[in-house]
Amino acid sequence: MSDVNTRISSIVGDNDVVLFMKGTPLFPQCGFSSRAVAILDHCGVAYESVDVLQDMEIRQGIKGFSDWPTIPQLYVKGEFLGGSDIMMEMFEAGELQALLTEKNVAKAD
Amino acid sequence: MPMSASEITRLITEALPGAEVDLQDLAGDDDHWAAKVTAPQFAGKNRVQQHKMVYEALGGRMGGVLHALQLTTATPT
Repeated sequence: MSDVNTRISSIVGDNDVVLFMKGTPLFPQCGFSSRAVAILDHCGVAYESVDVLQDMEIRQGIKGFSDWPTIPQLYVKGEFLGGSDIMMEMFEAGELQALLTEKNVAKAD
Repeated sequence: MPMSASEITRLITEALPGAEVDLQDLAGDDDHWAAKVTAPQFAGKNRVQQHKMVYEALGGRMGGVLHALQLTTATPT
């Protein structure tokens, strides 16, 4: 495994919920990332975010890691769940909330 | 260069024959699209796999020349 894959693996492994995004939850730099943040905030779960704009290696590496061409990307308990469209679809169907509960993810403070 | 609606539709239907592609130009700039793709090939696949099939159809343009494509996938009913 390449170094960047090792780095991503450990980020995804060390945190229950991780959002790779452009910008930060307070200052998202892209509409899709902003939407992903809004969904997670609405679900009220604690999550780690990684700003790919601050890390070129991860920005490129994450696309190969998940075989997914776009950012944001959401991981829950090590599993790639999808981008903001899938998050929105799952959220609207109540599936995302159910999955986060089922996986026993910590609530936001 | 943004991608035209007909180009996006052509690439998707070539890779997924029988697919229906419903495109909306979100910003009126030929660059921010919402697509609903309904394809028989999606049957039995999860959402991530379905979206990957569309991205593959677009042949690496997604995230590149095609910056903004909001995607919804479905199987025909």
